[in-house]
Amino acid sequence: MDKLKRFAVDYVTYVVKGSPAFYAWIALLCALILGLLYGTYLHAADGLRYTGLTDQVHDGLYLANFVFLVGIAAGAVTIVFPAYVYHHKALHSVAVLGEMLAISAVLMCMLFIVSHMGRPDRLWHMLPIIGIYNIPNSMLAWDTLVLIGYLFLNFIGGFYYLYKKYTGQPLNDKFYLPLIYVSIVWALSIHTVTAFLLNTMPSRPMWHHSMMPIRFISTAFAAGPSLIVLIFLIVRARTRLWIENSAIDLLATIITYCLGLALFLTLSEVVTDLYANTEHAMGLQYLMFGMHGFNDLVPWFWGSLAAMIVAFAILLTPYWRTNYRLLAIACILAFCGIWIEKGMGLLVPGFIPTPIGEFTQYFPSTLEIFVTLGNWAVGFLVLTVLLKGAIGILLGEIAYAATAQDKTISGNAEVSIAPELT
Amino acid sequence: MHVTNKEKICNQQSPAEGCACSGQAPGAAPADNVSSRRNFLKSAGMLSVNSLLGTAALMTMSDDARANMDWAEWFQGNYRLMSDEEKALARARLERRYSREYGKAVTVDGTPAQEGVLMGYALNIKKCIGCRRCAKACVEENNQSRGKDQEIEWIRVLKMEKGEFSKEKMNQGYPEGLGIQVGGNAYSPAGVVLEGEHYYQPEAVPEKGSVYMPIACMQCEKPPCVKVCPVRTTYREADGPVVIDYNWCIGCRMCMSACPYWARRFNWSDPKLPKEAMNPVTHYLGNRPRMKGVVEKCTFCIQRTRKGRYPACVEVCPVGARKFGNLLDPNSEVSRIIERKQVFRLKAELNTYPKFFYFMD
Repeated sequence: MDKLKRFAVDYVTYVVKGSPAFYAWIALLCALILGLLYGTYLHAADGLRYTGLTDQVHDGLYLANFVFLVGIAAGAVTIVFPAYVYHHKALHSVAVLGEMLAISAVLMCMLFIVSHMGRPDRLWHMLPIIGIYNIPNSMLAWDTLVLIGYLFLNFIGGFYYLYKKYTGQPLNDKFYLPLIYVSIVWALSIHTVTAFLLNTMPSRPMWHHSMMPIRFISTAFAAGPSLIVLIFLIVRARTRLWIENSAIDLLATIITYCLGLALFLTLSEVVTDLYANTEHAMGLQYLMFGMHGFNDLVPWFWGSLAAMIVAFAILLTPYWRTNYRLLAIACILAFCGIWIEKGMGLLVPGFIPTPIGEFTQYFPSTLEIFVTLGNWAVGFLVLTVLLKGAIGILLGEIAYAATAQDKTISGNAEVSIAPELT
Repeated sequence: MHVTNKEKICNQQSPAEGCACSGQAPGAAPADNVSSRRNFLKSAGMLSVNSLLGTAALMTMSDDARANMDWAEWFQGNYRLMSDEEKALARARLERRYSREYGKAVTVDGTPAQEGVLMGYALNIKKCIGCRRCAKACVEENNQSRGKDQEIEWIRVLKMEKGEFSKEKMNQGYPEGLGIQVGGNAYSPAGVVLEGEHYYQPEAVPEKGSVYMPIACMQCEKPPCVKVCPVRTTYREADGPVVIDYNWCIGCRMCMSACPYWARRFNWSDPKLPKEAMNPVTHYLGNRPRMKGVVEKCTFCIQRTRKGRYPACVEVCPVGARKFGNLLDPNSEVSRIIERKQVFRLKAELNTYPKFFYFMD
């Protein structure tokens, strides 16, 4: 128990210390969070009236970001899977960073759902026993279940690993490995269920196809590792933790496969829907070309497609893919392209036209954008703290022995951690 | 702590206020019932997360709303699962709040589903002239939000083209020059489809060349909205209508996505309901005033139909296009229409089995 207390104290004292650049980054995030607080106050006081949402297009930026971030959370498995199933050495040593990303992403998902809800003060109605949990009927209930499960799996797995590293004890594989294997399968489930959330509604023909879960997973396994590669490149440049090239190269390969598959599925959908061009294809047609003079989403679709194609071209060429500057550009393009594809490219046109054929354009209000940025800022704040702590432990800068030696065995411990500090 | 707060509110209640709920006044409630409620409040109060959320909810409300909202309403359970006593208490609480808010004696009825009744509706699209008196009567009866800021109508009347085929269009085939001919008249809308214009502003109705098809909640026997609700706040009542417990709705809007008839509306802000226009005869599951952040929809005027009256839209229709009745009674108007006319239901392919039928003479 004393060890655990010491772990918490050491962890916190380590993560709050940093360079001026670190504090500037935290200050920027906090400024954005102020916008979120103001927006949340307005939502609580006056309802969702300050959003761009209407009875016609009643889910927008918040739900789109939720859907996207579920993918990012699931994408963390692209580190864990090769590390523990294929025993990829370089990824194995930093797999815990993936779990930290998953924790932050699920947290953001929850924040976006709270922003999206009309009555967040009644969230307790969903709690079993004191409320009603409509399982197995409601896909939203399933989604809540798998997301909370995923959060716990990653939190327990990640912090168990860090704590053992901290104390210098060996991992109990009988406890840890099953946790990891369950979390790998669970990662697939979170994005699958999120796809089911949308595609089980025949009232929205644009979503109602069985391809959505696999498309969600392929885009998630492109966007997730894209973010991870960017994080790895930053970690390599800004901290003393060195991440092997082979780890980054493997992730780049995964992004290439999954982005290619995502593009193929997009093409399949376009051909399937537009060939016969029934009434059910109107959402897609509106998205791609505009209809009846409404064409707000057209640049988003083509912009997203262009970003994904350029990213794919860079990734497909080994000479470019191994140039980490170009790889970073490809990752940014893939990440942004998929973010647009989930929101403006999938969620919004699902509501246009409405079931009675009405075209209503949606554009997020300034407040919605601020709240969205704020939710992302909270996520990045948590991610920064978690990554900093995890890196500190991986480097041995936070270690039980290191603090214990001050009081007891001076000298010995210092020698043992010295090589890692260099 | 909440308990004393609650009791204070109960005690402030006096007959002099002219509240129409005197029959169900808290003082009249049996003692054991009060204590069970007290236990419930205590146990609920122990959930600190709840309390925090509740505090946040109360703190962020405008002064008026805060004065009118009390803890007990926030902590109340789902209406469907309440005991009869709890239901009566919940309604009495609302009657006090509404009476205070709207400055008149408001009743909140709780008449349950009637035995041997399955409510059904039939609409003669041949007769409809598109006057939209039904939509207006519905707003007045059911206390919808009105005004420019937030206008909610449960009934929308779709205007559709009778269809026109012309010589001039013959050469407007599409796509041109790609080898496959599409008739120039292909894109002329004709006949009764679910897509239509519902913002039409004519000089007079009916307009030449137009047909009208009013839509509202179809009160499906197999409602997709009910299935997707994560908290079962929307459910099908035993006598047919699909209702919402507005106090239990969390505002996730899944039901709105799932509805294939665009029948559900969301309160994006506090509803704008003028005091003088408020209809004080309400039902808990029907036309009682809603709050911000919840979904609402047609309930077949549950506050009227459970008392043996017609829905407001049926009563107001000047051409008698709207018919309402008990589907289980072979002699009801609706049953006779189904028996003698050819009826159809909208989007039958979705297997929602609406209890709202369309027919033509």
